[in-house]
Amino acid sequence: MREEELNEKKKKMAMIVSSGTMDKLYSVMMLASAASSMDVEVHLFFTFWGLNALKKGGIDKAELPSNVGISTDMLKGRLKEVKIPTLSELLAMCKESGNVKIYACSSTMEIMNVKKEDLIPEVDEIAGAAAFTGIALDSNVSLFV
Amino acid sequence: MSDDLTITRNLDARGLHCPMPIVKINKAIKEMNSGEIIKVQCTDPGSKRDFQSWCEKTGNKLLEMSEEDGVFVFIIKKT
Repeated sequence: MREEELNEKKKKMAMIVSSGTMDKLYSVMMLASAASSMDVEVHLFFTFWGLNALKKGGIDKAELPSNVGISTDMLKGRLKEVKIPTLSELLAMCKESGNVKIYACSSTMEIMNVKKEDLIPEVDEIAGAAAFTGIALDSNVSLFV
Repeated sequence: MSDDLTITRNLDARGLHCPMPIVKINKAIKEMNSGEIIKVQCTDPGSKRDFQSWCEKTGNKLLEMSEEDGVFVFIIKKT
């Protein structure tokens, strides 16, 4: 079977990653790494605060929101203790699977004055809402995080 | 296809948490030949449901699933 035909058959999951807090990013990265390991094609569209995760060195600087009653350092310590990978490690696994595409929202880049060279090389494309809509319409699952 | 049920590979995922066992089995299965059988050991209590779902969605066959002393064992045949 040709690769295109194989891709046609793959299930798709589309996510808008609007939040840049550590808890939300963990949800996204854990789900994406699991889904990509199940032959699901995952499309992650990073917008607003989510875009910070695509800046060089940005994803591991993500912090918890202030109202959760536990500090970012406490959670990081616990994650390390139980051997949960860091966000950047999960992102690397996602890319290694070959099933995860990463998009940076072009409007957010303009608003936040983020240049292409500020972004990590894992970003596949800079795209807008129409691109995401096209992907979401062809997806089996769409999520907003 | 032969009915050989010999386990040719082992994956020790004990002590790992979701999603790592699934990431690891996916990597391992890609290195296997069709018909080969792998034994996976996990301690994550979510792995029981996760491996069933993974096998169902990837089309690989879950031949056997068991639990002993908090260790889940999955015998999976690559399709």
